[in-house]
Amino acid sequence: MAAKVQEGEEVMREIEVSRITEMIERLCIEANEHLPEDVKDAIRKCRACEDGEIAGGVLDRIIENYEIADREQVPICQDTGMACIFLEIGQDVHLTGGDLTAAVNEGVRRGYEKGYLRKSVVKDPIRRGNTGDNTPAMMYTEIVPGEQVTVTVGPKGFGSENMSAIRMFKPSAGLQGIKDFIVETVEAAGPNPCPPMVVGVGIGGTFDKAALLAKKALMRSLESSNPDPFYADLEKEMLEKINELGIGPQGFGGRTTAIGLNIETLPTHIAGMPCAVNISCHVTRHKTGVI
Amino acid sequence: MEKHIALPLTKELAETLHAGDTVYLTGTIYTSRDAGHKRMCEALERGEKLPFNPEDATIYYVGPTPAKPGQVIGSAGPTTSGRMDAYAPTLMSVGARGMIGKGARLPEVVEAMKKYKGVYFGAVGGAGALLARCIKKAELIAYEDLGAEALRRLYVENMPLVVIIDSEGRNLYEEGRSAYLMSVHSGRHLKKS
Repeated sequence: MAAKVQEGEEVMREIEVSRITEMIERLCIEANEHLPEDVKDAIRKCRACEDGEIAGGVLDRIIENYEIADREQVPICQDTGMACIFLEIGQDVHLTGGDLTAAVNEGVRRGYEKGYLRKSVVKDPIRRGNTGDNTPAMMYTEIVPGEQVTVTVGPKGFGSENMSAIRMFKPSAGLQGIKDFIVETVEAAGPNPCPPMVVGVGIGGTFDKAALLAKKALMRSLESSNPDPFYADLEKEMLEKINELGIGPQGFGGRTTAIGLNIETLPTHIAGMPCAVNISCHVTRHKTGVI
Repeated sequence: MEKHIALPLTKELAETLHAGDTVYLTGTIYTSRDAGHKRMCEALERGEKLPFNPEDATIYYVGPTPAKPGQVIGSAGPTTSGRMDAYAPTLMSVGARGMIGKGARLPEVVEAMKKYKGVYFGAVGGAGALLARCIKKAELIAYEDLGAEALRRLYVENMPLVVIIDSEGRNLYEEGRSAYLMSVHSGRHLKKS
């Protein structure tokens, strides 16, 4: 990462894309074997307030499961997901040594092979056919100030992904429309996404941005709140409402239907109010590294 | 109720299991998911035999991670059963009786379960590392080209499961949720009075 100074030019930090490959390889394995501490804490807190025998037993097994995965370095869940990769690239960084997209996919390929992770990607949505190496990654790049590259790997399982939903509301639907949609989506998901769930909500932007916001909401710590007190309160209220549904761990009935809910927002058009709800499970994985 | 049961899952055994029972399963089961089910049903349509004897068999909806050196199998938790709903009644019609997965089933699957005395067991979704410990033997028997979706014969010991839907069509997803909501409701009522 030697900084190169050319005459009459600003200093530009150079980063070889092979370093991004190496980091993604490592993060794919770590994310799949070690659940984030905030997710573990949320599960443990929910266990403490679950009285039912079956519900409590399920949460005990979920805790035992992530402890085994930690200790024995094995995947927490067999659905090791599609590799969602978020790159925040400092605008003062010059990436060298090859194609960035190829470097990212190479990292996924190596990580899923070396980590004995399941290859769950098909090369065509209709004609199917496994690609055999879990590529391509679902890759998002953002240019940010600075001279670092921040890499987040979020392996996303599809039991929960399949239960997600997006709706383009009329602005007249208001706050109540959004609240009802979030609860309806979780209720419709029921036992399918391996509850207790983590719920990511994206409100605003365009059709595509709302969905991306919802995915990013899943990458945010469950100990954090939306910085806007209005949305922080809405996060709390929605989590309470969801936990009044009674779906419970694995859908067997109980208090703990969701262990967390994060909301992300963007400004939107005068005519619209998009809302996306991305459902995730108790194995909500993400791991971040900085180069 | 907590029950330790040994496979195969005969009609008589199936009738003793009820929604909400905690079950520890020991014996031989078969793995299959989306692509494997499609192939098995296509084979039956052509009048061919299945890669295993379906009579009283139990099928685990799972696509495990690859085994690390020294492991019997990788992580091996259940996948969403609803995607096998299109195929499950056909497999029950040729004798398969037990299904292990997670998530809701369609009414036509429940009707087939009542007709053929099937049982739908739930394993804890997302607990792949824990469930792999109950799997003592794993052997690939067909459709190797499907990778994680290939058909495997497993020998499991004390696999922890819950009966979600029994052979009478009773459903823990419905009963468990309403029982919890009723307990909360009556709890609130008591606090008020």
